[in-house]
Amino acid sequence: MSAPAALADLVAEREAGPDGYVRLDVEADLWTALAQGCAAGLHDLSALWADGDRMRMALVGDGRRAIVSLKTAAGAYPSVSAHHPPAIRLERAMRDLYGVQPLGLPDPRPWLDHGRWPGHENEARYEFLPSEGEGLHQIAVGPVHAGIIEPGHFRFTANGETVVRLEERLGYVHKGVEHLLAGADIARGARIVGRISGDSTVAYAWAFARAVEAALGWAVPPRAILLRAIMAELERLSHHISDVGAICNDASVLTIHARCALQREDGLAVAGACFGHRLMMDCIVPGGVTADLSSDGIGQVRGLLARLEETRAEILRVYDSLPSLQDRTVTTGIVTPELVRQYAAGGFVGRASGRAFDARKSFPYAPYDRLDFALKTRTAGDVDARLMVRMEEIVESLGMLHRLLDRLAPGEIRSAAPAMAVGEGAALVEAFRGDLFVSVRIDEGGKLARVHARDASWFQWPLLEAAVEGNIVADFPLCNKSFNCSYSGHDL
Amino acid sequence: MRSFLFDALFKGTATIARPVPGSAALEEVAKTLGERARQRLGRSLSIREIDAGSCNGCELEIHALNNPVYDVERFGLKFVASPRHADVLLVTGPVTWNMREALLRTYNAAPEPKWVVALGDCAGNCGVFAGSPAVVGPLADVLPVDLHIPGCPPPPLEIVKGLLALMEAGKS
Repeated sequence: MSAPAALADLVAEREAGPDGYVRLDVEADLWTALAQGCAAGLHDLSALWADGDRMRMALVGDGRRAIVSLKTAAGAYPSVSAHHPPAIRLERAMRDLYGVQPLGLPDPRPWLDHGRWPGHENEARYEFLPSEGEGLHQIAVGPVHAGIIEPGHFRFTANGETVVRLEERLGYVHKGVEHLLAGADIARGARIVGRISGDSTVAYAWAFARAVEAALGWAVPPRAILLRAIMAELERLSHHISDVGAICNDASVLTIHARCALQREDGLAVAGACFGHRLMMDCIVPGGVTADLSSDGIGQVRGLLARLEETRAEILRVYDSLPSLQDRTVTTGIVTPELVRQYAAGGFVGRASGRAFDARKSFPYAPYDRLDFALKTRTAGDVDARLMVRMEEIVESLGMLHRLLDRLAPGEIRSAAPAMAVGEGAALVEAFRGDLFVSVRIDEGGKLARVHARDASWFQWPLLEAAVEGNIVADFPLCNKSFNCSYSGHDL
Repeated sequence: MRSFLFDALFKGTATIARPVPGSAALEEVAKTLGERARQRLGRSLSIREIDAGSCNGCELEIHALNNPVYDVERFGLKFVASPRHADVLLVTGPVTWNMREALLRTYNAAPEPKWVVALGDCAGNCGVFAGSPAVVGPLADVLPVDLHIPGCPPPPLEIVKGLLALMEAGKS
């Protein structure tokens, strides 16, 4: 058994690429030692993916980032999750998609492969983990849920009303995104990546654009950088406000929900009027943005910010005045700081349990490197804490948007592509639900050889299972909504 | 809470006027439904939404239908939890192999007569996901489709116009 290796020691003397990532090839021993380093809390696992005959692992720690690569031996490599359980689903997914075998994988069940793909048909039953004890019963929910929600299966084991185990089974909306991206040109790649999770289309498009720009040394006009952040903050605001409403709706406070839904609609309508698309899909492309903000548009966004602030303050007053609502949210669905650290859970899920990580702050990318804002955290880790972190983030986003609008100076919004070259780039972008990682490798001829996207949900879904344990079945919708993980972003 | 009421009084209603049913949608449903729907449709529709592989963009805009601006329940359009209660299956996404069986089971669980609406470009032609080995194909390859509402995603107003056309077809 080797000793755990720390990322900080490994990259201390090495220079990072233009995207901020140190890239290095490692041997199996060091690979395993780094996996043990994740488990020991020396650094965080940020992504894990297969790329041709290599396995790659993105690691984050002590203000440094690295992508380490290990050559597989006959399609096999030493499992990371054998030491660090948060990698289990990532390794199962990569094995299902690319056939790479993690040696020592603790949970060998399929993940994205449901035995339905042509040529891979398999009638074997998916075995859920056993729960044994007196008086236990199972509740199977999904993949088609009661509301207008994405599909996934939840298997609850309960004793009376109390959940003793929740197990998720995902992968239903697997669309073969990475397969489609292999060999695509950059323009098509941007359209596909912008549809990996529609609710984060701006964040995905931005992460992809930054990764491609880093790979090719593509400079982006200053105005485009500001417009990207304006779109990203508008996207964040629309989800934060509507999810606060949706959580209250699950606690039967429909007035807050209606008010938040109205405010969200206001935001989408303004985005549609300003950028030509309500969700701002395809507005960010490598090299810049496709839609400019007119002076009339700036006025519209400022008007929206004023209305949003009014709504936020009012919602908070009403939320604070309803003990019966807080009775449902406070101490419900607790995630411990230990789990959040282990899983390196991003976004409000991590920040509500004390993990002060935000890609905009921890690894600032333009324009956030010159934009002051407060990183809001809580420690309770319950539904209330996740809701309150989002309420506080609304304030920060509103402030940022005002300053971004102030700084908008006339100029180009898109630059022409440089000569296409072989290259690699990666980017970490803070989507509304957490840090989103995209890595691209560009081949001769400017085609995308390999694109990997890791949604924040990969490290949040498993924590939902932990959050629900010991809660009553009726509180599951509240817990689930307070996470609002992406199915599509996870299923790829 | 009182402030919500004051707001409603002073700011007036946010709800928009009933839009005219979409003309393209009217034409399409007149063709696909024919006589089949005449006696059945026209008063109200219960809708069961199914995500068969969507990126969740369409779901965001379907959600908007229930907000106070569009408020589609006033037209008799109601989203229901169970396919057993549904007249209409509103399906989004390219149909993935992993969702195909759940989609068919949900369709089979809905009582006759029933109508299928393909929502969004993906349900119509798989959108950017066309050609993926993980995708069965557009919805029409799996279920009989009565109406297609295009868009990526279609804005809520277009969805309302399409659904109103479905109701109109039954009245004429």
